[in-house]
Amino acid sequence: MEIAEGVRLVTFGILSFLMLGAALGVVLFANIVYSAFLLGGVFISMAGTYILLNADFVSAAQILVYVGAINVLILFAIMLVNKREDFKPLKNGWLRQGSIALICAGIFTLLSTVSIATPWKISTTTPLASSIVPLAKHFFTDFLLPFELASILLLMAMVGAIILARRDFIPDNISGETSTQDSLTLPERPRELAGIEK
Amino acid sequence: MLQLQYFLILAAALFCIGIYGLVTSRNAVRVLMSIELMLNAVNLNLMGFSNYIDPVEIKGQVFTVFVIAIAAAEAAVGLAIVLSIYRNRDTVDMEQFNLLKW
Repeated sequence: MEIAEGVRLVTFGILSFLMLGAALGVVLFANIVYSAFLLGGVFISMAGTYILLNADFVSAAQILVYVGAINVLILFAIMLVNKREDFKPLKNGWLRQGSIALICAGIFTLLSTVSIATPWKISTTTPLASSIVPLAKHFFTDFLLPFELASILLLMAMVGAIILARRDFIPDNISGETSTQDSLTLPERPRELAGIEK
Repeated sequence: MLQLQYFLILAAALFCIGIYGLVTSRNAVRVLMSIELMLNAVNLNLMGFSNYIDPVEIKGQVFTVFVIAIAAAEAAVGLAIVLSIYRNRDTVDMEQFNLLKW
């Protein structure tokens, strides 16, 4: 894409500032609903960074899948397990947080040193105008088997999530009188709905 | 001029924030959010390499699409597990999921 270099640099600065700020908010906010919405901010700024990297299809897929599916799924999970509870502070909790912060700073230093010191073989060819046609060629020729396996994996994950999130199966179900009207419904234990703590 | 190193350093920072959240957070849903952050950092690495080193055969973008698909499956199964544990233990505190602790 023909965007001037200065514009790209400024855009990258803004996007990375937004991304890191929102990621810190995801980790550090006490209220988890704020964290979920800031996670959407991280995903959207990541999609902007993909546009800077000449990847239009993956940017759209990022917004569709992450913001549209995963973030909404996380919000639903927060709503379903919404119980106000104050976590008891651990003894030596500050020691754990301080040590893991040190380790994270060490990993960051290591990774950035490696990425600066390594002589990358930067290609000088101009990037493609659109990435959709080469992506489709990859998906239907040399990456066809992983592409089809991904669909089977998604089906397995969907069935597994349904099985895991269902309520308990009643093993000692009375087998004699199987009523006909619920032959299409899975048997599950009746359970009273949890009230909302006021 | 934008260089590959900027994207790599940004991805490294995001990955380290993800590790910090993964270890320190008590809420199980926040742990899953931190895993999503780390997966996004890996995706950013793949996209940077795909654009700067391999701009014609964009195989990094192919791998990014696969990682996005795996992340969707992982989020669905992970949140189902969190719901199931919440029904059993009536809490989402990671420190109280000690059924397998000896």
